[in-house]
Amino acid sequence: MASIDATAAGSGVVNAPYRMCRFTGLKVDQAAETLIKVHAVTAVIFLALGGLMGLGVALTRWPAVQILPPEWFYLVLTGHGANVLLFWIIFFEMAVLFFASAILLGSRLAAPKVAWLGYILMLVGALMANYAVLRGDSTVMFTSYVPMQASHWFYLSLIVFAVGALISVMVFFATLVVAKNENTYDGSVPLVTFGAITAAIIAVFTLASGAIILIPTWLWSLGLITEIDSLMYKVVWWGMGHSSQQINVSAHVAIWYAIAAMVLGAKPLSEKVSRMAFLMYILFLQLASAHHLLAEPGMSASWKIVNTSYMMYLAVLGSMIHGLTVPGAIEAAQRRNGFTRGAFEWLTKAPWGNPAFSGMFLSLVMFGFIGGISGVILGTEQLNVLMHNTLYVPGHFHGTVVAGTTLAFMAMTWLVVPLIFRRDIIWPTLAKWQPYLFGIGAGGISLFMMGAGTLGVPRRHWDISLADAAHRAVEFPAAAYLMMGLNGLFAILAALGGLVFIVTVVASILAGPKLDGPDAKMVFPLHDASRQVSEYGSEGTLKLPGTIILVGIFFAAFVLYYFVNWKYLSELWLFN
Amino acid sequence: MAETPQKAPAGEAREKVPMMQQVLDNPFLLLFLGVTVPAVLYLIWGIMEVASVPVGQ
Ligand code: HEM
Ligand SMILES: [Cu+2]
Repeated sequence: MASIDATAAGSGVVNAPYRMCRFTGLKVDQAAETLIKVHAVTAVIFLALGGLMGLGVALTRWPAVQILPPEWFYLVLTGHGANVLLFWIIFFEMAVLFFASAILLGSRLAAPKVAWLGYILMLVGALMANYAVLRGDSTVMFTSYVPMQASHWFYLSLIVFAVGALISVMVFFATLVVAKNENTYDGSVPLVTFGAITAAIIAVFTLASGAIILIPTWLWSLGLITEIDSLMYKVVWWGMGHSSQQINVSAHVAIWYAIAAMVLGAKPLSEKVSRMAFLMYILFLQLASAHHLLAEPGMSASWKIVNTSYMMYLAVLGSMIHGLTVPGAIEAAQRRNGFTRGAFEWLTKAPWGNPAFSGMFLSLVMFGFIGGISGVILGTEQLNVLMHNTLYVPGHFHGTVVAGTTLAFMAMTWLVVPLIFRRDIIWPTLAKWQPYLFGIGAGGISLFMMGAGTLGVPRRHWDISLADAAHRAVEFPAAAYLMMGLNGLFAILAALGGLVFIVTVVASILAGPKLDGPDAKMVFPLHDASRQVSEYGSEGTLKLPGTIILVGIFFAAFVLYYFVNWKYLSELWLFN
Repeated sequence: MAETPQKAPAGEAREKVPMMQQVLDNPFLLLFLGVTVPAVLYLIWGIMEVASVPVGQ
């Protein structure tokens, strides 16, 4: 481990230059490292652009501010969705795939040139999409439902982006094969890699669905096809739109395990149980796509119920298992680290000042409590009608993809900068506060949008006062206006957290203290056993009083909230 | 997948890899399952339902 740079004396297969990481002992393939850097930086740039647009949207929906005019509102909303949910998230995910394959398995990347081709296609697609949206003739919002028509550049851009992503996913699978053939690891892959495999598998289904629907839609926008059936579009589009969220879930769960391993030396409680939970995702999570069509009269009750009840609950079971085993693994590791007093010393003495840990833990808690519970409510056919197409829906998914995925990816970035860019965090104090700023902001916008949605406020609406409507059919209660104002305030907080993230990360990459000297130390240190992240092995204990209590609280909240919503629903029936 | 481990860890002989672990160790089998299950239950069944909605006159 003493030498920093070395060249693999491979077993006669292919020689690829690599270095040994001084902090984790992992073998780092240089091609993979460069690709991780490029994907991470690109992701962060699209987050900056998309985040700014998100702030614009939130400040417009704050009735007292209403910063954008109506034409701009829908345009910016379209740009927001695409830049954050597609480009930020998926560029980052490709970096995660390269990390979980080449680096965690100590292998070379299968075909770096092909991976570069994937990257270039994704970049061209992302830029083209922004061009199409900013031109002003592709204001179709994230779902781009037909018969609304965008410019043909818009559909083409998404196709090009998806092809690029698919190519990178193939490089990931090929790297698994290379690692296996070149015996770079023994036995089963580490759990984090298994989570990445789950994400990659779901990505294949996602991108295939995307191709099936976007190619004909593109031809339609060129005038080569006369009509796309709108229900057919919705069914296939959601095979992509929903499944892509499940790539995110799998990827951020893998990151939770990775950060717990690297910062606390945590091992999975049980490899078997965690892998079975990921298997539930592989088999069932994508079926829940049907929850987006619960209000469609054209689909049968059997199709809806099989896909969203029976099967979705199996996938939810997978999430519940991770929700138990991630904090459980943290508790077990902390108890090994000596924090054994009472039920919660392991938690109170956790490294809350390390943004990788705090971001990861906030992501875990908010994903479960906000995104998870509201997702089950929306996915229940009967309850869905209460909130369908209201702001509750964006409230729910900001709980999953912002407070959950985005925060987890940010947390991971605080490790990527020192370990991959080999530059230390330049402003540790800012970094320390960043997860709290962004986390509280993201949690706030999720909850207040859910609150407004519960009061009936629609999503994607420029003006809830309906000031220039001929007939004001509805009058929203003052509480709804309050919710929108609070949403605006927390949006500012989240945007601030995003800004601190971007500025600190970029400044660290450009000018942070170099970490390649022989006795350089990280300001936010790793655990001595950080290498755990690349190993197979279970903790094998269930003596976890703190985790059991936390999980009990979660279930109580879940059950209560579930029944409150049934109560609301029963009140709509007005039997008396 | 089916290959036997090269060296047993010191002390204990390694047991045969359990069936389920062999399944989980095979990414391409998982890929097959992860694409087929939703393709059949969600996509194909869903498209058949859309196709069977009667056309309005
Ligand atoms: C500063 C952070 C953010 C703020 C303030 C914010 C705010 C908002 C608001 C107010 C809406 C509009 C709701 C409506 O009128 O229907 C929205 C929509 C949306 N947001 Fe965010 N958001 C942020 C970050 C993110 C991130 C990081 C993601 C994805 C990872 C995301 C994904 C989306 C999507 C997909 C939509 C729906 C677009 C559509 O309806 O077509 N947002 N956001
Ligand atoms: Cu969904």
